[in-house]
Amino acid sequence: MATAPATHEEHDLGHHEQSFWEKYVFSTDHKVIAMQYMFTGMAMALIGGFFAYAFRMQLAYPGMEVPGWGLVTPNDYNQLVTNHGAIMIFWVAMPVLIAAMGNYLIPLMLGCDDMVFPKLNRLSYQIFLLSAVVLLSSFFVSGGGFGGAWTMYPPLSTKAEYSLTQLGSTIFVVAVALEFVAFLLGGINFITTAMNSRAPGMKLYDVPMVVWMIVVASILFMASVGPLIAGAIMMLFDQNLGTAFFDPDRAGDPILWQHLFWFFGHPEVYVVLLPAMGIVAEIITTFSRKKLFAYRTILYTVFGTGVLSFTVWAHHQFVAGIDPRMAHVFTVTTLLISVPIAEMLFVYIATLYGGSIEYSTPMLWALAFLVEFLIGGVTGIYLGASGGDIYMHDTYFVLAHFHYTFFPIAIIGTYAGVTYWFPKMFGRHMNEFWGKVHFWGTIIPFNGIFIPLFFLGAGGQHRRIADFTVYPELAQMQPWREFATVALLIMLAFQVIFLWNFFYSMFRGRKAEKNPWKANTLEWVAPSPPPHGNFPDGLPTVYRAPYEFSHPDHDEDYWPQNEPPAEQKA
Amino acid sequence: MSGTPIATTRSAAGMPTGKLAVWWLIGSEIVIFGGVLASYIMHRLAHGGWSEEAAHTNTWIGALNTMVLLTSSLSAVLAHQAAEKGDGKKASKLLWATIVGAVTFMIVKAFEWTEEITHGYTIASSTFWSFYYTAAGIHASHVLAGAICMYYVAKSAAKGEHLHRVENVGLYWHFVDVVWIFLFPLLYIAK
Repeated sequence: MATAPATHEEHDLGHHEQSFWEKYVFSTDHKVIAMQYMFTGMAMALIGGFFAYAFRMQLAYPGMEVPGWGLVTPNDYNQLVTNHGAIMIFWVAMPVLIAAMGNYLIPLMLGCDDMVFPKLNRLSYQIFLLSAVVLLSSFFVSGGGFGGAWTMYPPLSTKAEYSLTQLGSTIFVVAVALEFVAFLLGGINFITTAMNSRAPGMKLYDVPMVVWMIVVASILFMASVGPLIAGAIMMLFDQNLGTAFFDPDRAGDPILWQHLFWFFGHPEVYVVLLPAMGIVAEIITTFSRKKLFAYRTILYTVFGTGVLSFTVWAHHQFVAGIDPRMAHVFTVTTLLISVPIAEMLFVYIATLYGGSIEYSTPMLWALAFLVEFLIGGVTGIYLGASGGDIYMHDTYFVLAHFHYTFFPIAIIGTYAGVTYWFPKMFGRHMNEFWGKVHFWGTIIPFNGIFIPLFFLGAGGQHRRIADFTVYPELAQMQPWREFATVALLIMLAFQVIFLWNFFYSMFRGRKAEKNPWKANTLEWVAPSPPPHGNFPDGLPTVYRAPYEFSHPDHDEDYWPQNEPPAEQKA
Repeated sequence: MSGTPIATTRSAAGMPTGKLAVWWLIGSEIVIFGGVLASYIMHRLAHGGWSEEAAHTNTWIGALNTMVLLTSSLSAVLAHQAAEKGDGKKASKLLWATIVGAVTFMIVKAFEWTEEITHGYTIASSTFWSFYYTAAGIHASHVLAGAICMYYVAKSAAKGEHLHRVENVGLYWHFVDVVWIFLFPLLYIAK
């Protein structure tokens, strides 16, 4: 295997001084591409967050001139909620959790110098960036952005008389399709890198959990998105070429789209969940100074979850007119999938049990993930049962449940990962005090936003209505809506602290050493921040599993994967 | 780019990186075509009257194109064999033969579609014709993509470079071929 330091130096010498463009814009270095994904994701998160602010203001104070947006008309409202959903899932959760974390961590944690296909990697980001630009451009065409919900159900998405924006809805589908292409390219790169480029000595059970999870997520994505790509082509033809795939008047079938969408859409939940679970696994084991409990059990559970996730999609369609007997089958599979996820939470708690826990900022985020995601999971049980879902379907109960899963994944998981790997990424520490202020300022208002929505939903409040005060039976619950909106405003305000802490620490933070958390995985062997090629002292060789904390045969409480055993040291 | 990363040269899974990636690419394509074909089959089972529509497709032209594609796969295999022996020139020539097959397929398809469209069977005529043009159209775009890839591989193989790519592009080509083996009976024979 070509791991001799000599080859490596040759490789480095090949690099001359690079211009700004070469180094930061058209780079093929996996770390730069990871940062491009992360910053694009952060920018999109600001847009998605702003949309949430605008429509929540309208819900709490109907008809007001929202500062920064103006009057939110019903059409505006639809566009805002649609694009808030699409942006937060496809342009925030996916790029940050999978693409940014995957690109940054996979080569470093596997002990290699880059992804196996650096140019493909760069292409993947460029297509992703293009997809984001395409999506945002839809707001500037006649008719404005698409407002038929992020699930794009026909006929709202296929007929111009319903979508009110022929071009806007086409652009929306194109943007989503481009985004899929970007992540397919990235996914092939991730999987191939993980399969082929592990450091010498690194067996499959020595691969850090977060890498496993990102790779399994990429496989799930790849295996589930195909039918939706086919569906997107069919939808584009329905919109523009006069076909009738989804038009019941002309022998088409609108339910077909729902099947194609949710066959992807449900595994997609696990596509973003798994990387977050992986990040949390790394953090809780490091900060409880204990070996990750039941590594193999977690791994097999992840595989089981992956397989099961392909059999639950029709629980989104219990009221769409599917055969009730089929609904029973999907109720069973849906309730089944809560078993492996619950098991993983228990295993994580077992890792914490008896550990010497340090409540650092990343650890707080990781613990909050477990708690908040648990609420999301438990409320899902009510919806997974077809009987309960008939009442709850399309109410704010669903919305609150959904945000209790996705907020922990996309926001809490990201903050956990960013605060944990920040010293590696930028060679400096973030401020712990302000990190904790930001943590509590996010977690408390988050619950303040969504707990009221459970009650509103159980009280019969339906989704996708711009003004509830026109319904007398719903109007009386207005104080809850105001409460949720005020909580959102507080939460958004606290994000300013994060942004300040993030950018200030990037340049002025306390300098970080190679391994500030005293963790075992290979990314901590590289300098902080790692240079091009990652490991200037030669690519590492692996001697042991990734979580050997507090090992009885070792003096220190951590034992890096690349440290040769004692007898070989001499 | 200066130099291939060391990562690319490793093969912990025991398979060259390029080939591994092609297999994953094929895996992701299988689900795309799987989505189209599953939708088509479910749709067809649920609605009667399709056989009358399908009766207007030309089975003989479809069969001719099947022959063309199968033959082109043969030359792709022979190209791989030549590349294994290190004969880049021969591999390149055989790849060119495969490209000729791809182009022939597209030309036949063009005549066939022109004929059908002039007789009034367009993509918007009925759900059968929508599926017919969509499924075959997605497949045709893969034929085109495969031909373009083979052009670049043939060019470098003629100089004796990147001979391992001959096998990789061949794998992809066989996949494109196999998709047609599914499309032909579903669109042309089932009447």
